[in-house]
Amino acid sequence: MAEAQNIPVGSTTAGAIAVAAEADSTVATRMSAPPSFDVADFPVPHGREEEWRFTPLERLRGLHDGTAVATGEGVKVAVGAPEGVTVETVGRDDARLGRAGTPVDRIAAQAYSSFESASVVTVPKETVLTEPIRVVVHGEGGTAYGHTVVELGAFAEAVVVIDHTGDAVLAANVDYVLGDGAKLTVVSVQDWDDKAVHVAQHNAIVGRDASFKSVVVTFGGDVVRLHPRVHYAGPGGEAELFGLYFTDKGQHQEHRLLVDHNEPHCKSNVVYKGALQGDEAHAVWIGDVLIEARAEGTDTYEMNRNLVLTDGARVDSVPNLEIETGEIVGAGHASATGRFDDEQLFYLMARGIPEYEARRLVVRGFFAELVQQIGVADIEERLLAKIDEELEASVA
Amino acid sequence: MATLEIRDLHVTVEADNATKEILKGVDLTVKQGETHAIMGPNGSGKSTLAYSLAGHPKYTITGGTVTLDGEDVLEMSVDERARAGLFLAMQYPVEVPGVSVSNFLRTSATAVRGEAPKLRTWVKEVKEAMERLSMDPSFAERNVNEGFSGGEKKRHEILQLELLKPKVAILDETDSGLDVDALRVVSEGVNRVRETGEVGTLLITHYTRILRYIKPDHVHVFANGRIAESGGPELADKLENEGYEAYVKGGASA
Repeated sequence: MAEAQNIPVGSTTAGAIAVAAEADSTVATRMSAPPSFDVADFPVPHGREEEWRFTPLERLRGLHDGTAVATGEGVKVAVGAPEGVTVETVGRDDARLGRAGTPVDRIAAQAYSSFESASVVTVPKETVLTEPIRVVVHGEGGTAYGHTVVELGAFAEAVVVIDHTGDAVLAANVDYVLGDGAKLTVVSVQDWDDKAVHVAQHNAIVGRDASFKSVVVTFGGDVVRLHPRVHYAGPGGEAELFGLYFTDKGQHQEHRLLVDHNEPHCKSNVVYKGALQGDEAHAVWIGDVLIEARAEGTDTYEMNRNLVLTDGARVDSVPNLEIETGEIVGAGHASATGRFDDEQLFYLMARGIPEYEARRLVVRGFFAELVQQIGVADIEERLLAKIDEELEASVA
Repeated sequence: MATLEIRDLHVTVEADNATKEILKGVDLTVKQGETHAIMGPNGSGKSTLAYSLAGHPKYTITGGTVTLDGEDVLEMSVDERARAGLFLAMQYPVEVPGVSVSNFLRTSATAVRGEAPKLRTWVKEVKEAMERLSMDPSFAERNVNEGFSGGEKKRHEILQLELLKPKVAILDETDSGLDVDALRVVSEGVNRVRETGEVGTLLITHYTRILRYIKPDHVHVFANGRIAESGGPELADKLENEGYEAYVKGGASA
């Protein structure tokens, strides 16, 4: 039976659990327009729509209203793949594009309507990679629209690391297609320069008995708005969506998630953790989980935790769980936003540990449990080093 | 020989939009090798004294001096006080999620000793200290104070006392909430540190029970924000029989 938990701490956390009939699903209808590949099907948002109400439209550099025009060398993409993997650059008409999901908002549709070529990375069936596939997306200061497909055949196993660096205005869709029994871990690191704007929809379709692990790590950029979405192609699928963000002064980092339990006996586990510091640092987390009427045996949990390190930062955290069947294993959500605990600081300092070191311990501790679940050693190390770097910047 | 000198210490705290004076002129000298018990009724200011000495930001020093070997303690930040040799075993140790005991102890020892302890000897040192306090080795991998029982929290405090080897240790109601077995284990830990002769101990307690295990050289009765009476161990016996009543009344009329 359903069990749920909601621990709002701080005024900007809200949560809801709805038991709804299929016809009036709020998760499905909260978007102001139905999904479409064509940007013309979406009106230009004015900012009061449910899906845009937290986003500073004026800082999107025109991605939302059609005025952002792609420049020649906007973004450079390089893919490094171990043997056995096929990497192709294909045109708009390639039949393999757009199979994992349809754009659900105007910017995703703009990206789909505007990209010129797409990258398709294919891991053939039963191929088990021992080295990660590395995708480097480097902003060269321009505007770009992108599309990437990562497809794993049945029982293939792969780790993909996507790095975003430099300065760019980028809107993109990323498709993950997992065959039956496939295992895919994707780590998407947003380590942009200060001015970058990055809006993307990630669509995963998880095959029968397949496992999908998404790790989203957001540090940089002016505005980063990511929308990972998961649905299942058969029973027995598993999705883990992990996220880690460090929102600095003036940054807007928004992570919106949807797990659509459209097949029976699937699992999902969502854990996003963020730290915020500085004036006008704004983190938004929207966690939508829908358990459809036919998805009996579903087991799902979602959690968002925020650690506010200084005054002036703001968190909006909204978990939504919608349940159309009671025949499930478990469903729950939790959201909490807390301030840095001065008593922890006192305790550590009373043991001789200098203030900076004490803060570092606490913040590393806050993220450590999540970092340990990534399962890619060099990424874990890099993230901890990056967290240290962020903290050092705050002390300086 | 290390000496902690407290002279005419006045401390206030902000509560309910009002400033309240809690310590009203405390005088006390604690020398290395000595054990002082500070006893008093609830609300007398015992814990305020402990936290003020450690530098908790909640408390404002409005008068008096505190020196450790002549150095001005009140000028030091919380971590500087610890590195200078002050240690506060807390009544309510704080949970630090995601930070393991072993990482915490090593970071702390590195800070207090001024250099990272050599890994091999350090592991042995911690293991032996934990064994003496009847702590399971798995303890080291747990997060600091997270999910600890009352007894585990106090053992963990005394473990730090043994490892950090301060000049002056302030034990704030270390005995409260402990059953007799835990009290014995914790007291033995304190006694091991005392027996080195290198620590001055300020044992703050509400009950005389712990004094059966830890024998003080001096006993002070704390009432109404200052030391109301000082004596030898016999003063504890008097308190055991008569309670704090005389001092509470005296405090109220003073």
